[in-house]
Amino acid sequence: MGMTVAEKIIAAHTDEADHTRPGNFVEARVDVVLANDITAPIAIREFARLGVDRVFDPERIVLVPDHFAPNKDIKSAQQCQVMRSFARAQGLTHYFEVGRMGIEHVLLPEQGLVLPGDVVVGADSHTCTYGALGAFATGMGSTDIAVAMATGRIWMRVPETIRIVYEGKLQPWVGGKDLILYTIGMIGVSGALYKAIEFSGPTIDDLSLAGRFTMANMAIEAGAKAGLFLVDDKTRAYVDARKVRDYTVYAPDPDAEYTRTLKIDASAITPQIAFPYLPENSRPVSDVGDIPIDQVVIGSCTNGRLEDLRVAAEILRGRRVDPRVRCIVIPGSQKVYLDALREGLIEEFITAGAAVSTPTCGPCLGGHMGVLAAGERAVSTTNRNFRGRMGHPDSEVYLAGPAVAAASAVAGRIASPEEVVGCG
Amino acid sequence: MRLRGKVWKYGDNVDTDAIIPARYLNESSAEALSAHCMEDIDPGFASAVREGDIIVAGENFGCGSSREHAPLSIKGAGVSCVIAVSFARIFYRNAINIGLPILESSQAVAETEAGHVLEVDLERGEVRNLTTGRSYRAVPYPEFMLEIIAAGGLIPYTRRRIEMEGG
Repeated sequence: MGMTVAEKIIAAHTDEADHTRPGNFVEARVDVVLANDITAPIAIREFARLGVDRVFDPERIVLVPDHFAPNKDIKSAQQCQVMRSFARAQGLTHYFEVGRMGIEHVLLPEQGLVLPGDVVVGADSHTCTYGALGAFATGMGSTDIAVAMATGRIWMRVPETIRIVYEGKLQPWVGGKDLILYTIGMIGVSGALYKAIEFSGPTIDDLSLAGRFTMANMAIEAGAKAGLFLVDDKTRAYVDARKVRDYTVYAPDPDAEYTRTLKIDASAITPQIAFPYLPENSRPVSDVGDIPIDQVVIGSCTNGRLEDLRVAAEILRGRRVDPRVRCIVIPGSQKVYLDALREGLIEEFITAGAAVSTPTCGPCLGGHMGVLAAGERAVSTTNRNFRGRMGHPDSEVYLAGPAVAAASAVAGRIASPEEVVGCG
Repeated sequence: MRLRGKVWKYGDNVDTDAIIPARYLNESSAEALSAHCMEDIDPGFASAVREGDIIVAGENFGCGSSREHAPLSIKGAGVSCVIAVSFARIFYRNAINIGLPILESSQAVAETEAGHVLEVDLERGEVRNLTTGRSYRAVPYPEFMLEIIAAGGLIPYTRRRIEMEGG
């Protein structure tokens, strides 16, 4: 019986390859273990209870202070301190300090730390982002990560795979975010619960790595354990320019068994926006009517890459952020920030009246750098719009890609890029 | 183990931001977190919940973030068990790993209301609604997970394995 990519990667990481069938439990070796300043302190506390002194491999544990860093208050500073001390005591190679860091899921691929064919576990639900590179990457809690740090192994249930095939040429201003919001709208926030998603098709072949990262990132918003893309020349070019070690590419067998196959006509998808309070509440921006906004956030592990900033700059260039709107742009890593600076994008954002911040998850989870007051509304390129996600429980978050976010910043209300830029 | 408590009922897709808002994640003790459990969707919960009470909810309970702070805050609040139609994957793992009992039973959820009193037999996977007199069978745990539960969570389970391998 043929295997999907997810099954092949897991099988290659276990001593029980024959047992690697959907629904079975296996113990898998992990290539990379990740945690951040919110989740690492609990993982470190639980690690201490295991009765081991050292992590299994100091080169395979990655710790990134990104959520409430640069430290937003004393308690956050203490959490970062716990993580920093652990990294030093364990001699970890990949601890990224403020000034050299990035939002973890922008940073790790950029540094060549996560590679095709890897099993990556992270104490952050958006660890699934690395599926864009053909890795089996999944989010777990801190206790799982404590065990993975100690043993280099993790238990998992082999997931069934849903295949989603995209066909057709994308319309102007439509990107990975619109594709994934549309898809989650179709299958729902629990549509892929406990399952892996394999994204493929001609539209995906044409999609940039940045677009694929955005889509893989939000696989969790459909409940998925992982969202995987097939490795192609684009993936190889990206990875080979930065890899820290060798990698193995896995492709699905022709007779692989999928629990469900969906075909999506991507040419029919227009720019999307997801209404509060669930990512599945997506609809075409052109249908929403007049909804005034108070804030726009452009950044995050979903859309904080250079390509995303280029799209936003294309709309903000020569225009002004509406006087009623705070537009906050957050490059996803120091490298993205520097590249954007060198390209002149940062100057364009500032000239347009936007604030530009050092990399942080900050406002995405209502931490800092753009928390909403009661009754306020934000259009955000982040990944979640749950009640209270960006601040006060009576605030609202509308999820969109960078084009819609930038257009809305200019219009002062939810707007499609075409309304703002015109058709030429 | 038998659990008994009053029901707090919630709907579908109770997310981890609802269980414990991210603004409180600058610390991680169960005690501190439990003071804010369910704050944004049920502000009275944390002060009124009693030791042993049971949360009953719909589909995809615990969706969203990987934060273990979510099951920790529920456990810290004294909740003895969560019964839902289904659980989000990471929440499910986290609950098993930290020893917060969780059960899946769509029928029990459908026929249970806030304020009912439930009795849960974890070994047998049986839920009895003492208010209505009806009984339900929960979806059984896979055998592998029973081993983690029996050990008292993933840390004691792993610790034992490490000791056995070392010795």
